[in-house]
Amino acid sequence: MEAAWVALSLTLKVAGLATALNLVLGVAVGHAMAHRRFPGRDLLDALLTLPMVMPPTVLGYYLLVLIGSRGPLGAWLLEHFGVRLIFTWQAAVIAAAVVSFPLVFKAARAAFETVEPQLEDAARTLGIGEWALFCRVSLPLAWRGILAGLLLSFARAMGEFGATLMVAGSIAGKTQTLSIAVYEAVQAGQDDTANFLVAVTSIVCIAVLLGAGRLLPGRVAARA
Amino acid sequence: MPRLLSRLPLVFAVLAACCAGPARAAELTVSAAASLTNALREIAPLFEAEHPGTRLQLNFGASGALLQQIAKGAPADVLASADQETMDRAQQQGLVAAARRRNFASNALVVVVPAGAAVVPRVLGDLAQPAYARIAIGLPASVPVGRYTKAALEAAGLWTAIEPRMVGAHNVRQALDYVARAEVEAGFVYATDAALMPGTVKLAFTVPTTQPLRYPAAPLNGAPNPAGAQRFVDFLLAPKAQAVLARHGFGRP
Repeated sequence: MEAAWVALSLTLKVAGLATALNLVLGVAVGHAMAHRRFPGRDLLDALLTLPMVMPPTVLGYYLLVLIGSRGPLGAWLLEHFGVRLIFTWQAAVIAAAVVSFPLVFKAARAAFETVEPQLEDAARTLGIGEWALFCRVSLPLAWRGILAGLLLSFARAMGEFGATLMVAGSIAGKTQTLSIAVYEAVQAGQDDTANFLVAVTSIVCIAVLLGAGRLLPGRVAARA
Repeated sequence: MPRLLSRLPLVFAVLAACCAGPARAAELTVSAAASLTNALREIAPLFEAEHPGTRLQLNFGASGALLQQIAKGAPADVLASADQETMDRAQQQGLVAAARRRNFASNALVVVVPAGAAVVPRVLGDLAQPAYARIAIGLPASVPVGRYTKAALEAAGLWTAIEPRMVGAHNVRQALDYVARAEVEAGFVYATDAALMPGTVKLAFTVPTTQPLRYPAAPLNGAPNPAGAQRFVDFLLAPKAQAVLARHGFGRP
C-alpha cells in the first residue's frame, strides 16, 4: 500500500503540473483563436485538437522520436544542457500535458466566444488597455467554461497511460503513475493492490467530473 | 438509396458464404514468453505443415502477464514460459497438470549496452558505478528475466545498490528496446535477444546465474483444444523444433 500512496502523490503532481501548463497555454491559444480570424484558422484548430483523438501510443511514439536521446529536440537538450528527458517525471508531465491540451483549449475558445463583443467594446470605449481588458472583462466572464475544461484536462492527465509509458517508463517513485501501477499490479497478479489503486483513481475522477458538471455554462444558463 | 437497400441481403449472403468458407481449421492458441517470439514464429508453419487442419495463434508477452490472462479465463491451449516459477504458479492455481509440463529449451542471462557506448561493463560489480545511471531490468513481479536478474544481483550483494537505478520493463523485449534507443546505459536480457539488433545493441558479458534458465511448456487444463495442445508440446521437443530453437541461440532443455 505504501507504493500505492507514492503512485497517487506522483500522479497528482504530474497531473497538476500538466494542467497548470495547459492553463497558461490553453487559455492563451483559446483566446487568440476566438478573437482572430486568419486563413487556415480551422486547420490550426484541427491540428491543436489532434492529441485528443490520436491513439496515445501514437502520440507517445511521436514524443519519443522528438525528445529521445537521438531525436532532434532531445539531442539538442542533451548537448547544450546535459538534460535527458526520457524516464523522468518531467517527461510524464509533457506527455500528460500534450494529451490533455485540447480539452482546455477547446473549452477556453468556446468560453471566450460566448463573451458578448458589446461588453468588450464598451470596456474599450471607457479607455481600458488590451491586457486589462483580458484580465478584468474577458477572463471573469469566461472562467466557468475554462475551469470546466481544466477539470476535464486534469482527469485526462491523471489517466494518461500509453504516451506516459513510452516516454517516462516505469520507475517506482519517479514515473510510475497510478495507471501504470494498476497495469503492473494486474500483470503481477496482485489483485488487492490493483483493487485499491482502481478505487482511489475512480473516486478522484468522479469527484472531478462532478465538479466540472456544476461549472459548465449550461448550468449557469439554467440558474439565470 | 432504395436500390442499395434492396441489394443488402445479397451482400450479407455473400459475406456469410465467405466467412463460412471451407471446413473450419481447428485453432490452437499458444501463450508464449516474449523471448520466444522469433523462434516460435518459425516453428509455427512447421507445426501447421505436419498437422494440416490446425491453425496456430501465437500470443506473446511477459510470462507473468500471460499467466494472469489465463488465470482470469483467457482461452489459451498451451503456456510456454521463460521460467519455472511462472509454471509453478500456474500449477498452484490448478491451471496445468504437473505430469504434463516439459522443459523444452534453456537460455542465458546477459548484460547488453547501446552499440555506441563508451563505457562497457565487464562484471556485475561494474554496474554499481555512477556511470550507469539507468539500467533496464524486467519487473521482477511479472517478468522472468527480471526475477533472474534480481536473483543474480542479490547473490552478488548488488541488488540494493542497483535497484534505485532500475528502469522497469514490462517484458524482455521492452528492456532490449530501451537499450537499443540508448535511453539506458545497460540492460539485462537473454542471450537470444542480445543478438537480435546488432546495429544498436552489443553484448557486454554473460551473467553467472545460480540456477540454469530452463523454459517449461505445458498444455493448459482448460484448453479448448486439448489434443492439439498436447501435440504442440510434444512438437516442441521434437528434432525439427529443437533445431529452430538452437539456431536462435537457445540451449538444450
